[in-house]
Amino acid sequence: MDKTINNKAWFLVLPVFLLVAFSAILPLMTVVNYSMQDTFGNNQFFWNGVGWFKELLDPSTDLGGRFLASLGRNLIFSLAILAIEVPLGIVVALSMPRAGWTVAFCLVVLALPLLIPWNVVGTIWQIFGRPDIGLLGYTLTSMGIDYNYVSNDLDAWFTVIIMDVWHWTSLVALLCYAGLKSIPDAYYQAAQIDGASRWAVFTAIQLPKMHRVLLIAVLLRFMDSFMIYTEPFVVTGGGPGNSTTFISIELVKIALGQFDLGKAAALSLVYNLIILIVCWVFYTIMTNAGAERRPTEGGA
Amino acid sequence: MNTIPGRRIIISLFLVFLLLPIYWLVNMSFKTNNEIVTTMTLWPHQPTIANYMRIFTDESWYSGYINSLKYVILNTVISILVALPAAYAFSRYRFLGDKHLFFWLLSNRMAPAAVYALPFFNLYSAIGLFDTPWAVALAHCIFNIPLAVWILEGFVSSVPREIDETAFLDGYSFPRFFAKILVPLIASGIGVAAFFCFMFSWVELLLARTLTSVDAKPISAVMTRTVSASGMDWGLLAAAGVLTIIPGALVIWFVRNYIARGFALGRV
Repeated sequence: MDKTINNKAWFLVLPVFLLVAFSAILPLMTVVNYSMQDTFGNNQFFWNGVGWFKELLDPSTDLGGRFLASLGRNLIFSLAILAIEVPLGIVVALSMPRAGWTVAFCLVVLALPLLIPWNVVGTIWQIFGRPDIGLLGYTLTSMGIDYNYVSNDLDAWFTVIIMDVWHWTSLVALLCYAGLKSIPDAYYQAAQIDGASRWAVFTAIQLPKMHRVLLIAVLLRFMDSFMIYTEPFVVTGGGPGNSTTFISIELVKIALGQFDLGKAAALSLVYNLIILIVCWVFYTIMTNAGAERRPTEGGA
Repeated sequence: MNTIPGRRIIISLFLVFLLLPIYWLVNMSFKTNNEIVTTMTLWPHQPTIANYMRIFTDESWYSGYINSLKYVILNTVISILVALPAAYAFSRYRFLGDKHLFFWLLSNRMAPAAVYALPFFNLYSAIGLFDTPWAVALAHCIFNIPLAVWILEGFVSSVPREIDETAFLDGYSFPRFFAKILVPLIASGIGVAAFFCFMFSWVELLLARTLTSVDAKPISAVMTRTVSASGMDWGLLAAAGVLTIIPGALVIWFVRNYIARGFALGRV
């Protein structure tokens, strides 16, 4: 709050600004350019105005139908994994051992899925879920459950969701664990003297203290699941049919598969806009929460 | 008091859930294809290292690992070098448009890679960097630089401002203060930031695959070759997968004591 005003600080930020602008603004301008045009190959482009955008938001056209369907699927997916990963992450963080070598062991194992390349995550679950050679698929099938993620929509969804839970719950757990670690012991001692129940300790001390990290966890998980591409693409390829085709998969299909640059660009812009808005909402909530809490906390 | 009942069982079950699919991959990588396809075995009955030997002896395989490591390391170095001064600026000064700039940077961390795949392809082809590690390293900057700035800003802010002032009074020039005093003070922060840059660059596939074709092909793209006319080479695929997990596991082991601290700042 007591920062000095110094516009020369721009020189320190300039390298970052230039590098990110090179990678962000130039490509985005290409996208805007494409989104207004139509092409019939041979690098000939024709002005199309806002035609693509109109088509995109109209569910009766092919493009609009595909966009809105994949958007819907993606929202359901994001909400489902948030509903599982956030509570599970909190429970795992609360279950972490207190001290000793087990802490380091648990941290390393928890972080392990985060460091696996995304296509390998897909490969792992592709293998693990196969009824013929995978442990999960084999076990389910031998228990008499008809499980096949290649042909059954519901099984494909189940596989993609459990894969994401496997891949990313650790992130939520590690964030919550870090939030819990920052609670001073005195709080717990005070609670004990007051005779607070276990549940009261959770709702009155631990949850408020985790408030900030939880917000970040929800933001990151929402964003990353909203732009998920590689893992479901490797496992299901967007199928069976279109049942696990999320927005990014649809976008890559249109852009790199059909080379429909105009449509893809319009879709990209709308997609980016949604993300920007959600990001801004979270950022505002986060900075407001930080400003409110600062005076009482002394800058923890 | 601050734990929950049955926590040992919960954490053990969760760790088993995390490790089981990885174990299955390791298990498969030591089997022959015949054993994988014909029988269901919980451990390799005829253990073989043929799958690994093929990767280590075939240049088109192991060069994939080298290519991946090249751009990951390049990207981590670039991100940290440019993020350090910016983090200092954001932490110490207010300047024209600082808040908007910070938000714009963060919003790029959230930008979907699928949006940028095609424009990046055009851009890097146009400037002649296509199919080099530089193209991927620069492309990954779009999400790693904002991340590094975000993490490092937290660590710089934890250094008391009096230290800067004392150093300048003692006649330190700005670059010298930066190199001799600030960087050693936030060394653990640089470690944490480097860890996350390494991680996000290592796991990304879509951009890395789009921006390379032959010479700089990353391992994740090479892995798709295991599909051949004679069907899937599962053992080879599993072995390649296991080898991609190892660099990450090594990095985690080295920074295990800092991970919690990095997350504590809530800036991932």
